[in-house]
Amino acid sequence: MKALVIGCGRVGSNLALQLDREGWEVTAVDEKEEALGRLGDDWAGGFVLGHGMDIEVLRRAGIEDADAVVVATDGDNTNIVIGQVAQERFDNQCVVVRVLDPARAQFYRERGLRTICPTSVAIDVLLESVRACEVRPAEPTKT
Amino acid sequence: MYILIAGGGKVGANLARVLLGDHKHEVTLIEQRRDRFDRLELEFEHQVILGDATELYVLERAGIARPPDVVAALTGDDEDNLIICQLAKEKYGVQNVIARVNDPRNQAHFDLLGISPTVSATRGLMALIEHEVPEHDLVHLLELRKENLEIVEVQIPQGAPAAGKRVEKLSLPEGSRLISIMRNGRSEIAVGSTELQPGDQVLAILQPGKEDELRRVLLKT
Repeated sequence: MKALVIGCGRVGSNLALQLDREGWEVTAVDEKEEALGRLGDDWAGGFVLGHGMDIEVLRRAGIEDADAVVVATDGDNTNIVIGQVAQERFDNQCVVVRVLDPARAQFYRERGLRTICPTSVAIDVLLESVRACEVRPAEPTKT
Repeated sequence: MYILIAGGGKVGANLARVLLGDHKHEVTLIEQRRDRFDRLELEFEHQVILGDATELYVLERAGIARPPDVVAALTGDDEDNLIICQLAKEKYGVQNVIARVNDPRNQAHFDLLGISPTVSATRGLMALIEHEVPEHDLVHLLELRKENLEIVEVQIPQGAPAAGKRVEKLSLPEGSRLISIMRNGRSEIAVGSTELQPGDQVLAILQPGKEDELRRVLLKT
């Protein structure tokens, strides 16, 4: 199984490493060469230097026969555009797109793009943690 | 008309100024950068707002829900322009969007996602350069994307199959027509009886993809 990870920052690189450990054939794409360092010296997967908006870069990274495409650059709009290109131009069935803004994440989710919103996830987790504190309501003060 | 402009750089600010100069239009300009916004506010006052035009609440504050007659996405970032137009059209039902394409290589993404018309200074300049100094025998002058047609210019060379023939005698490819003939600096509409001569500059309208067939009929020696 082949996976393409576009955007190899903190999120992308760790995701690429984990997929690699799980047996996927992973190619990472980033416009900065330093990003390759995040994958460690032992990285045996692919790495393509370039911008994910560039069709040629996507082709070189093997988008045409990728089984899964994860888009996780640091730009919401860049991710949304690349995700739609992967889905509609290259007919990829499994495209997952990171979108930090909950409003845009929801709008594009309703349009059929699989968006993941770390902001919404963080809000949920934080809320859960606050609820789990089981703070007892203050005793009514006696007068 | 109510026109919403995203991006207050040179392109957006100049457009806003022209539209407001007519006193016929209502304009809201959205600019993300604080330094630019401060300068724009001196000139445009309440008609410019500070914010990221790809954020829904910013668009809503700018009145996108009315909706505007036209939304022009003119930022220096093609992804932003694309998203602004998609949101305008599909979330808020704006009928007319115009997108600026900064990097002509991104045109394919706008086409794929159905955002048109687009404006690209680079593409326009390339067409002008080609027109002035043609390197190819067939020059693209204008693309009518919505209509799926394009207007091209060719010059009839010596010994071309079309030279000396009347337009009605040419077997032009289906989906193409000759528009006009320019000869010795004078131009006339191409009709059936118009005879082509070497050196003529011919304008033709055709469906994209028919260029090679047209070349064969008009140019191949």
